[in-house]
Amino acid sequence: MSDLTKLTLAAARDALRKGDTTSVELTEACLKAIDAADLLNAFVHKTPDIAMERAKAADARLQAGDAPAMCGLPIGIKDLFCTKGVASQAASRILEGFRPEYESTVSQQLIDAGAVMLGKLNMDEFAMGSSNETSCYGNVINPWRVGADGAALTPGGSSGGSAAAVAADLCLAATGTDTGGSIRQPAAFTGITGIKPTYGRCSRWGIVAFASSLDQAGPMTRDVRDAAIMLQAMCGHDPKDSTSAELAVPDFEAALTGDIRGKTIGIPREYRMEGMPAEIEALWTRGREMLADAGAKITDISLPHTKYALPAYYVIAPAEASSNLARYDGVRYGHRAKLAQGDGITEMYEKTRAEGFGPEVRRRVMVGTYVLSAGFYDAYYNRARRVRALIKRDFDEVFAQGIDAILTPATPSAAFELGKEMSDPVEMYLNDVFTVTVNLAGLPGISVPAGLDAQGLPLGLQLIGRPWEEADLLNTAYALERAAGFVAKPAKWW
Amino acid sequence: MLDLTYTAPKPKIISGAKHDWELVIGMEVHAQVSSRAKLFSGASTAFGAEPNSNVAFVDAAMPGMLPVINEFCVEQAVRTGLGLKAQINLFSAFDRKNYFYPDLPQGYQISQLYHPIVGEGEVLVELGEGVARRVRIERIHLEQDAGKSIHDMDPNMSFVDLNRTGVALMEIVSRPDIRGPEEAAAYLAKLRQIMLYLGTCDGNMQNGNMRADVNVSVCLPGAYERFRETGDFGHLGTRCEIKNMNSMRFIQQAIEYEARRQIAIVEAGGKIDQETRLYDPDKGETRSMRSKEEAHDYRYFPDPDLLPVEIEQAWVDDIKARLPELPDEKKARFIKDFGLTDYDASVLTADVESAAYFEEVARGRDGKTAANWVINELFGRLKKEDHGIADAPVTPAQLGGIIDLIGRGDISGKIAKDLFEIVYTEGGDPAQIVEARGMRQVTDTGAIEAAVDQVIAENPAQVEKAKANPKLAGWFVGQVMKVTGGKANPAAVNQIVAAKLGL
Repeated sequence: MSDLTKLTLAAARDALRKGDTTSVELTEACLKAIDAADLLNAFVHKTPDIAMERAKAADARLQAGDAPAMCGLPIGIKDLFCTKGVASQAASRILEGFRPEYESTVSQQLIDAGAVMLGKLNMDEFAMGSSNETSCYGNVINPWRVGADGAALTPGGSSGGSAAAVAADLCLAATGTDTGGSIRQPAAFTGITGIKPTYGRCSRWGIVAFASSLDQAGPMTRDVRDAAIMLQAMCGHDPKDSTSAELAVPDFEAALTGDIRGKTIGIPREYRMEGMPAEIEALWTRGREMLADAGAKITDISLPHTKYALPAYYVIAPAEASSNLARYDGVRYGHRAKLAQGDGITEMYEKTRAEGFGPEVRRRVMVGTYVLSAGFYDAYYNRARRVRALIKRDFDEVFAQGIDAILTPATPSAAFELGKEMSDPVEMYLNDVFTVTVNLAGLPGISVPAGLDAQGLPLGLQLIGRPWEEADLLNTAYALERAAGFVAKPAKWW
Repeated sequence: MLDLTYTAPKPKIISGAKHDWELVIGMEVHAQVSSRAKLFSGASTAFGAEPNSNVAFVDAAMPGMLPVINEFCVEQAVRTGLGLKAQINLFSAFDRKNYFYPDLPQGYQISQLYHPIVGEGEVLVELGEGVARRVRIERIHLEQDAGKSIHDMDPNMSFVDLNRTGVALMEIVSRPDIRGPEEAAAYLAKLRQIMLYLGTCDGNMQNGNMRADVNVSVCLPGAYERFRETGDFGHLGTRCEIKNMNSMRFIQQAIEYEARRQIAIVEAGGKIDQETRLYDPDKGETRSMRSKEEAHDYRYFPDPDLLPVEIEQAWVDDIKARLPELPDEKKARFIKDFGLTDYDASVLTADVESAAYFEEVARGRDGKTAANWVINELFGRLKKEDHGIADAPVTPAQLGGIIDLIGRGDISGKIAKDLFEIVYTEGGDPAQIVEARGMRQVTDTGAIEAAVDQVIAENPAQVEKAKANPKLAGWFVGQVMKVTGGKANPAAVNQIVAAKLGL
C-alpha cells in the first residue's frame, strides 16, 4: 500500500484486519517519515525499538485474530505523559534525564489497546504555552505555511508536536492534553481534529500535572471517527486518580451516525469578540449553516460570564501550577544546579529552578504564588473560583434549556508566525479565549477543521457538549465534518 | 453510668517580680494514625525499616503521581473524634500547605485547613480526686507527615529518609483551656489514653508517633475569665509556640521556662514577639526558631487532586456503635459496680489491658479484694522488674485462684503472698501448689489447741505476765504461728489463746 502514513486510524485498522498491510509496515513507514521530518522538531524522543517490538507483537495478535481496538496502529505520545523507561520531560530542562519507572494510565491503556508508540512529542514546557515556543527542545514548526516559501508558523500549543506530527503524516494519531485549549487550538492550527473530553473522563495518573483541576488528556487525530476510536481507548475510570469518573464509557464510534436532526445547537453571543477577523466570523456563520442544513435547530444563547473566563483561568491555572511544580526542586530527580562552595539548600532550590524552568514557566509560578499568597488569596484565587462557578452555571443553564451543543470558533485566528507573540504574554494568552471556558466548566470540547483562510491556512470550529456526552458531541462533530468536507493537507516542504 | 462531678483546678500561678501571673496554654497534638498504609499511598508505615524502603511513587512526588485517600485513616479520625465526644463533619476536604523542604517531596503538605474531618469536642483531664479540667477541642484534621532530614552523616551533604513521608497524622487542636504545665502533661496523657483505648494511635512518643506544639502565653489574674466571657484574645498575652515536643517531662519544663521568660520580658516593660520557639532540653531553655515576620506564607488552597471527603451519618453511627468503652466510662463503672475508690479505679483503667485483667479477676469475686491484689501485688511486682501488664506471668485465673483460696479460708493472707510469689516465678495452679507444698491453713481447732497448750506449758512466766497484761496475748499468737509454720488460721489462734489464758 502506498501512503501508509496518511491513513486514518480507522482505515489502517481495517487494512490491518484485512491483511492488506502489517503493523510493521505501517510502523516502518512512520519511523521513516519521522526521521525525514526533523526540521519540524515534532518528535523529541524517538523510540523505534519499542515501536518495532510492539508492531511485531501487534502483527502476531492480528494473525491470531486476537486484535484489540487499536492493534498495530502507530501513534505519538506527548512528552507530558510518563512512559516507562522512556525520557519523559514535559519539554522541561528541569526533568533532564528523567525516565519514569511507570507508565501513565492513558498510555498504558493505549498499549493495552495494541497501539504502537513511535516516540515522544514536543510541547510547550509543562504544557504552558499556545505556540510551542516554550519547549526546552525549541519550537515545533507547523507543516502548514503560506505559499511555497512562507514564514515558519506555530503549530499552536501546548500539544504542538502532536498536532504537527499528525498533520505532517508522521504518525496516524497522537495523544494530547488540554488545560486551557492545548488540544483544540493546535488541532485548529494544523487542520486536524482534537477533543478534550469531560474532566474526569481520562485518568490524569502519570501525566505530568500542570493545573490539576483543568488538565485532561485527549486524542489528536485526522478525523472525528479516529477521535472516537482513540478516545475510547484512552478513557475510563482509574482508581489511581480520585478525580476520574466512575462511569461507563459508551461506544463512541457506534454513535457516529451523522444524524443530528432535532438537535439544538447554541450560538453564544459573547463569543463574538471585538476585533475578531472577518474570516473567523464567516467560518462561524458557515458552521452554523452547515449544522442547520444537517437538520439541527440553531439558537442564539448567552453565556454572560464568558468575558471573565480568561482572567479567571490565568489565576487558577498558575495557582495550581505553582504548587504542582514545587516538587521540581533538584532533590530527587531531574536537573540539579551545580552549587558553589557554601551554598545551602535555599541556593540549591533557587539555582536549580532558575536554570531548570524556562521564562514562561517561571512567570506562571510567580503569578500563581502571588495569587495564593496571604492577603491576595481572596482577591484573586477565591474570586477566580467564584467566577469559575458562574461560568459553569452559565453552561448548566443553557443545557437545561435544551441546548445539545454549542458552536464557537476554535481560535481567534489562524496559525501565526513563530516569534510573533512571544514578546507579549497577554496577547499569547488571548489565543485561549474560546477554549478556556470549556476547561473551567469541565465540559467536553472538540475542534474540527472547517475551512481554509484566504492564505490557505486551516481554521477550526469548536463544538462544546454536555458533560459526559462525548458520544453525542462526537456525532455532532461528525455531521459538521461531513458538511465541511475539509480534505486539505499541507504541501510537504520539510 | 455513675455521674462523677468535678471541680475545676486552680490555674498555676507564677509570681513575677511585680505581679502574680497565670498561664494560658493551647496545644496542637500530632498523633500518627494507626494504619498499616499511608494516608494517600499503599506504602507501609512500619517503623524502623531501611531508609527509603517504605516509599511509593506518590510519596516521593514523582511526576504525574496522584494521591488516593486511605479510607481506613478517615475511619480512624472519625473514631478518634467520637472518642473525644466531638462533632463529626460529614463534609471535609483536603488543602495544600505549600512550603519547600527536602523532606517534603511534593513541596506541599496535604492537610485540612478549611474543612477538617472533626469539629468541636471535649476532653476531661483529671488532676486528682474530684478535680478535672475540661479542655475543649477545636478540631481534628488529617494530614500527611513529612520525611526525615539527616544532617549529621556527612560534613557536606544532608540525607533524606522518606519512610515517614505521607504517613497519616491527626492534628488535634485544643482551645487555650490548659492552665499549667502539669495540666498540659495530663491533657496529653489523657489524649494518649483515649487513643490507645480506641486503637487509633499507638501513643509511642519516643518514636515521635505522638508529639505536640505548645502555645504558651501569660496574663494577669482575671484576664483569662474575661477572655472566656468575650472570646476576645485581646485579653490574653501574646503567645509563643514551642514546636515538636515529644516528652511529657520536657513539655512541662518548656512551659515553665517559657512562662518565666515571658513574665520577665513583660515586667521589664518589653513586648512578647509572637514566634515559633524550640525547647533545648540540655540547656533547659526555649529559643527562637522563627519570628512572625519570617513565618512561612503557606498559600493554602484546596487540593485539586482530591475530591472532598463526604461520609454518611449511618457510617459514623456504625463506628460509634462499635466504639469500645472509654476510660471515663470505664472508671465510673468500676467505681459503681465494684465499689472501688476513685484512685483504684483510675489506676485500673489507665490502660485497656489492665482494666480487662482486673475485670477478669473481679468476675464473681469481691471487687475491692481483686483491686487490691491487682494493684498492690501484681502491679507492684511487675513494676519491680519494669514490666507492663502484657508481661504479667500470672494469669487472671491464677490470681483469682489465689483470692479464692483466701476466701475459702484455705490459706491466710500472709501465705497468699508467698503463694503469689511462687505462682509469679514458677507458675502453676495455686490450689495444687497449696496442696503439694502443705501450705493449707490449719483450721482444725484440736491441732491449734494442742499447739497453744504446748506454748503455754513451755512459758509459764509469760503466762503470768499475760494475765496481768492482756496485750501480751499477741506474743502467744506469734509463738503458735511459729510452731504451726504460719499455717494456723489466725482468727482461731486468737480466740483459743484468749480462752486458754482466761482473758
